[in-house]
Amino acid sequence: MKTNSEKKVTLAHGAGGSQTNQLIHDIFKKYFDNPDLTGDDAAVLPMEKGRIAVSTDGFIVSPAEFPGGDIGKLSICGTVNDLACMGAIPRYLTCAFVIEEGFSMDRLDRIVASMGRTAREAGVRIVAGDTKGAGRGQVDGVFITTTGIGVIPEGVETSGSKARPGDLVIVSGDVGRHGCTILLAREDFGIEAEVTSDCAPLNGAVADMLTVTKDLHVVRDATRGGVGTVLYEIADQSGVGIELTAKKVPVQGPVRGVCSMLGLEPLYLACEGRLVIVAPADQAEGLVNKLREGKYTRDAAVIGKVTEDMPGRVTMVTEIGSRTLLPPPGGELLPRIC
Amino acid sequence: MSDKLKEARQYLMNYSGPGLRVMEVCGTHTHEIFRLGLRQLLPDQVKVISGPGCPVCVTPADFIDEAVWLGLEKGVTLCTFGDLVRVPGSERSLAAARAEGARVQVVYSPADAVDYAAAHPESQVVFLSVGFETTVPASCFALEKAERDEVDNFSLLTANKTMPQAYQALKGAADVFLYPGHVNAITGTGLCRKLAEEEGISGVVAGFTARELLTAFVVLLKKYEEGKPFFVNAYPRVVKEEGSPAGLAMMDHYMEACDAEWRGLGTIAGSGLKLRDQYAAFDARTRFAVPKMEARTNPACRCGEVLKGACLPTDCPVFGKGCTPLHPVGACMVSGEGACSAYYQYGGLLDKKGRSDKNED
Repeated sequence: MKTNSEKKVTLAHGAGGSQTNQLIHDIFKKYFDNPDLTGDDAAVLPMEKGRIAVSTDGFIVSPAEFPGGDIGKLSICGTVNDLACMGAIPRYLTCAFVIEEGFSMDRLDRIVASMGRTAREAGVRIVAGDTKGAGRGQVDGVFITTTGIGVIPEGVETSGSKARPGDLVIVSGDVGRHGCTILLAREDFGIEAEVTSDCAPLNGAVADMLTVTKDLHVVRDATRGGVGTVLYEIADQSGVGIELTAKKVPVQGPVRGVCSMLGLEPLYLACEGRLVIVAPADQAEGLVNKLREGKYTRDAAVIGKVTEDMPGRVTMVTEIGSRTLLPPPGGELLPRIC
Repeated sequence: MSDKLKEARQYLMNYSGPGLRVMEVCGTHTHEIFRLGLRQLLPDQVKVISGPGCPVCVTPADFIDEAVWLGLEKGVTLCTFGDLVRVPGSERSLAAARAEGARVQVVYSPADAVDYAAAHPESQVVFLSVGFETTVPASCFALEKAERDEVDNFSLLTANKTMPQAYQALKGAADVFLYPGHVNAITGTGLCRKLAEEEGISGVVAGFTARELLTAFVVLLKKYEEGKPFFVNAYPRVVKEEGSPAGLAMMDHYMEACDAEWRGLGTIAGSGLKLRDQYAAFDARTRFAVPKMEARTNPACRCGEVLKGACLPTDCPVFGKGCTPLHPVGACMVSGEGACSAYYQYGGLLDKKGRSDKNED
């Protein structure tokens, strides 16, 4: 019998026949097992009181495994964090895989194991799934889509349109680490630095904050576009200005180093385990203190404030005490050439 | 903020000496000065203007046309720094040529282009060699590698430029030049010192951190008040009197001076670099018999004047309207180091109200 390390995923594994069943049994059931995951056509779940939050997200990261995480962990954290940002307690996830013919069964095993581990940590059950195979070159390795359902507790109302002048802006940790990790993992630059992805489930952090106050105006997770993009979205949706203080934005030394070499702004590098929170000024200190007790949010900090002037814009008080515009998102990430 | 930084900041804000125009001639300075908001600290009589310091910006449209021709007519693989990809040529940018089937590969160093050529022996690979003395040694290093490893399908399309001649051409456009520290790290300081002593052109070599830039401005304002032409190296951490002999020797081995066309400044005698005759085999113009291009640029675009410091980006009729970083009309809007791009990205100048006197801890 072949071991996983020699085996490859074939088109038959995604065709719905006996090999599909084998794959489900050998890998998916092994790591996802829970009472709500059955062999039936749909998961049957109890209705809960209150409102539910639903979110879906597709993941196509390259490379699929990187320092600090992998596409499996990412696919759980991404959806869990989206739910958490609405103040919801994530309960159930579904996942759909598209796997390229020839993908190593060993890697798939590691990725699925990582999903199972992350889901358990986040307290969500994976209740349904699907696997499709794709011919060589039709996808890059493995693509994963997850959909999640969470329950929103009474009295919680967060929204990108609720930032008010006078509120303070909090970030839950140092910025830009995921983007920097992926950039280096692609080895295009010949730069080596000790950077690991910040990829993490943040539902625990949101639950902790709700014990301090339910009056969280905005909670967003910074993903592809980084913290800067989220801040511009909040400024736009709420019709307010946001003023950051450059030196209060936490950035790890190696990330800062890589950014200065390549001419990148850390605020625009992707994060996969960072929240941006806008809260009333009198709650900010309590929230930061609470966050600093958490496993993934030790470096939480107030980085700025919401202003009435400059609506729709994000400004920055720089290290020499001037106020400038944070360049709006949208430009390409082009390294400077001299 | 450290005490030294605070002190420098106070000096700049309270400067009451004679008015002057300071021209930065380095794209990285343009970008950093905007990012820090340094202009907002300075009193009205101190004008900071951007000069021809962004290698992508000063590269004329003819060069883009040559590259597009090589890509579309000769089917070569063009290896280039990312900044060049969206610079408009007469008819099309490299990005547009790519959409029409040209092979355009973004690389991060000239040596990567040689590696690419070695891995694709069936293709002709041309590296688009733009940039000043800071990047020329890297192009030469790539040539050395291609020569040693006998990578015969590699060549250079050169548009490299050298700085000292540009300062002379710009004499009178500014009262003080903020010299590009990275260029001086290669060339040394002798030429700039000579410009001050013999031609009365004042300048300060500046570094790139907040502290180095503030220091350079304090130094140049103090010196300017004294009223005599001056030269100061305010970046001694990196810039030495003799520069980088190894880098200079490398350049001299492969390249020789030639006349060069600068976007906006026209042709400046002796301000370019081309491959020496014995390396003509690596010259894409020779290898592919590239025809002479007569480029046309959008007449509304005022990049040329922006590069001479003769107008501000915001004086251009298409700035922020027809011309934005996503849809650039002129080269200065493309590169993150271009003056137009910096003005656009950082919101022109937030007015002096933007000067924050808080958060000084």
